[in-house]
Amino acid sequence: MSGHSTYEPKTGFERWLDVRLPIVRLGYDSLIDYPTPKNLNYWWTFGGILAFCLGVQIISGVVLAMHYVPNSAMAFNSVEAIMRDVNFGWMLRYIHANGASMFFLAVYIHISRGLYYGSYKAPREVLWLLGCVIYLLMMATAFMGYVLPWGQMSFYGAVVITNLFSALDSVIPGLGTMITTWLWGGFAVDNATLNRFFALHYLLPFMIAGVVGLHIWALHVPGNNNPTGVAVKSKEDTVPFHPYYTVKDGFAVICFTIMFAWFVFFAPNALAHADNYIPANPLQTPAHIVPEWYFLPFYAMLRAVPDKLLGVMTMFGAIAVLFAVPWLDTSKVRSMRYRPAARTFFLIFLAVTLILGWCGSKEPDDVVIATGHDIAGDPTGLSVTVFSRFLALYYYGYFLAVLPLLGFFEKAKPVPETISSPVLSAHGHGVAMPAGAAAEASKKG
Amino acid sequence: MLRHALRGALLGVGVAGLLLSATSATAKSKWEEAQHPGFSFEGPLGKFDQGALQRGFKIYSEVCSSCHSMNLVYYRNLAQPGGPFYNPKYPNPNDSPYAKAIAADVKVPDIDQDTGDAIQRPATPADHFRNPWPNEAAARASNGGALPPDLSVISKAREDGPNYIFSLTSGYPPSPPKGLTVPAGKYYNPYFPGDLSSFWSGPKDKVPKGGFIAMPFQLTPNRVTYDDGTKATTYQEAHDVATFLDWASDPKQEERKQTGLAVMIYLLVFAGVVYGSYRAIWRNVAH
Ligand code: HEC
Ligand code: HEM
Repeated sequence: MSGHSTYEPKTGFERWLDVRLPIVRLGYDSLIDYPTPKNLNYWWTFGGILAFCLGVQIISGVVLAMHYVPNSAMAFNSVEAIMRDVNFGWMLRYIHANGASMFFLAVYIHISRGLYYGSYKAPREVLWLLGCVIYLLMMATAFMGYVLPWGQMSFYGAVVITNLFSALDSVIPGLGTMITTWLWGGFAVDNATLNRFFALHYLLPFMIAGVVGLHIWALHVPGNNNPTGVAVKSKEDTVPFHPYYTVKDGFAVICFTIMFAWFVFFAPNALAHADNYIPANPLQTPAHIVPEWYFLPFYAMLRAVPDKLLGVMTMFGAIAVLFAVPWLDTSKVRSMRYRPAARTFFLIFLAVTLILGWCGSKEPDDVVIATGHDIAGDPTGLSVTVFSRFLALYYYGYFLAVLPLLGFFEKAKPVPETISSPVLSAHGHGVAMPAGAAAEASKKG
Repeated sequence: MLRHALRGALLGVGVAGLLLSATSATAKSKWEEAQHPGFSFEGPLGKFDQGALQRGFKIYSEVCSSCHSMNLVYYRNLAQPGGPFYNPKYPNPNDSPYAKAIAADVKVPDIDQDTGDAIQRPATPADHFRNPWPNEAAARASNGGALPPDLSVISKAREDGPNYIFSLTSGYPPSPPKGLTVPAGKYYNPYFPGDLSSFWSGPKDKVPKGGFIAMPFQLTPNRVTYDDGTKATTYQEAHDVATFLDWASDPKQEERKQTGLAVMIYLLVFAGVVYGSYRAIWRNVAH
């Protein structure tokens, strides 16, 4: 797409097609001849893994939709019927349900990779923004998909999330209620809600696929970033995508699939909540309403703030702030390999986000650090809610204070001239983050 | 570079330590952790014990089925591959004499197509297990207001399913702890979730674990007579019925694990081949 195309049509048909619709040329330039930095480590394979995940979700989803019944009286039993009576239906459903978790695991690694190696910096801002859009669409899709089996968690998840909009009542009285009624298609989460969620759950993945197309387009114009963050200077620095990265990404996809298959075949419900096998019952609220693991850090931030509207803003802001990252980071150096202080702050940020996730899975009043005991012998002290507040502060602080200020104060290490130079000289480069790559580099020398 | 990596690692360890101390500081559980009697179907290669499935089905049909429906389980399922009465001689479970005979012993409601009258007819393999109640209100009325849940997917619908069912059904103590006021129509069970502090007159830090359940103790010794001569202790009965209910929740479990084994072997070999190609292709590139 960018630069000069080296495609030469070989057959008569290809020549004929090339002047009418150069689609083979497009494929050749983007997947075969596309020049790719030769020093990409395994963290870079998650792009391919994500494309694989989207394909898996769409294929398994379309077949599930042939058997699924989007009706509040029949949805639960139709999902069970898929698993009991459809040939290999259990496999389809477990692939789709665990596939969503795998998709999020991969996207979190992919985003962290971008944050660490500064892949959002010029000239890749649009690429980063499109990635954030994909992530938002994924969250909406997964949320609505989780409602479809119409179990207790499906139902109460839908109730909790749609009710967030009623917080707007404190801005303009009646506005929030109006929006929730409109979202529900009635006065409660019910059949109309299930139907529209199904329609949107079918639609959004194809919109994701569209944005993925733009994302790849925006990737192929500036080309890949790489672990050094140094721009490609010459042909020396790159290898053609095929076969070098098709084989490397392919190997990574297979390894990822092994883990994925482990869940599907041997622990299909390990990531799920038992309550979702209880049919939805609007009259019986479950003791603990917990979202899927991939939403837990945001759930913790929502609950950390006592005011409903501020809580909702804290939660959505945590995602919105990602969009601003290219303009928040003031450092001239891309890769955190050469930004020791930034690296430390980043690792703390990752830890904080994981602990926020843990907080999201706990009860708000659970005690994190015990300082005493009450008369029943239960510990008292720092509660999950208060603890989450500190963590949320760091989460925001990382984006709004550390990234903008560090660029002015930090002392970065010398950055190599070209991609090829550190590769030739260094052994055990970048040990902290790309462990796999470092091992690779030292083996190969 | 290495120093920073170490610092990062230390930080990670610190965080992990904090998490661990955090979990240990959370309020102690208000009900007993389920026992782990061990089941043949545990683990990635575990299989159901067909004898246990048959005994478990006997417990369900002679004891539990008077209160609990299993609307998603059909008599034909009993004779499908992996089921309690599967026999390779009858690959189509609808033709299985076992499924037919078991179904024929049960009367299910239907409509007479000639007169339109409500009738009872013998079940066929295509019918789901007979529901003991005409409707939810009837079920509640007979159980002091509580609804006996449908057991079709109960093993998936409870955390640690089989162990929980085993512990719940066998774990009723001979009598509730002294100092605990048990409401009429309820029974004390240490494994049932609940909070007993307001029913407890003893010391505040010794509140018994567990809750009040509307289901009385069922699995007395020799509640059923097993056809294979197994001694019907409470332990045996609870173990068998937990096995049966786990199969009912996940009847394709054996097929799933067998498929999984083949998939894993295939993927590992595939990974090896592709890794070999990767090494060969990248051999001459310094990177
Ligand atoms: C006399 C009627 C009756 C019989 C017989 C009976 N149950 Fe129950 N069962 C109930 C009722 C009522 C409840 C609901 C209890 C409640 O919510 O307090 C229940 C609840 C349960 C639960 C769910 C507990 C939970 O975590 O919510 C399980 C599991 C269960 N029964 C298993 C069995 C098994 C296995 C048998 C056969 C060995 C059986 N029951 C026989 C009446 C019965
Ligand atoms: C971005 C891609 C997708 C994601 C992340 C996703 C996620 C999910 C999730 C989390 C569930 C609930 C699974 C469960 O617990 O049972 C679900 C269910 C479902 N999805 Fe998707 N999905 C995606 C794409 C699709 C597509 C493209 C279709 C159809 C064309 C589809 C059809 C369905 C159906 C029918 C169900 C209900 C059956 C079930 O619950 O297993 N999905 N999805």
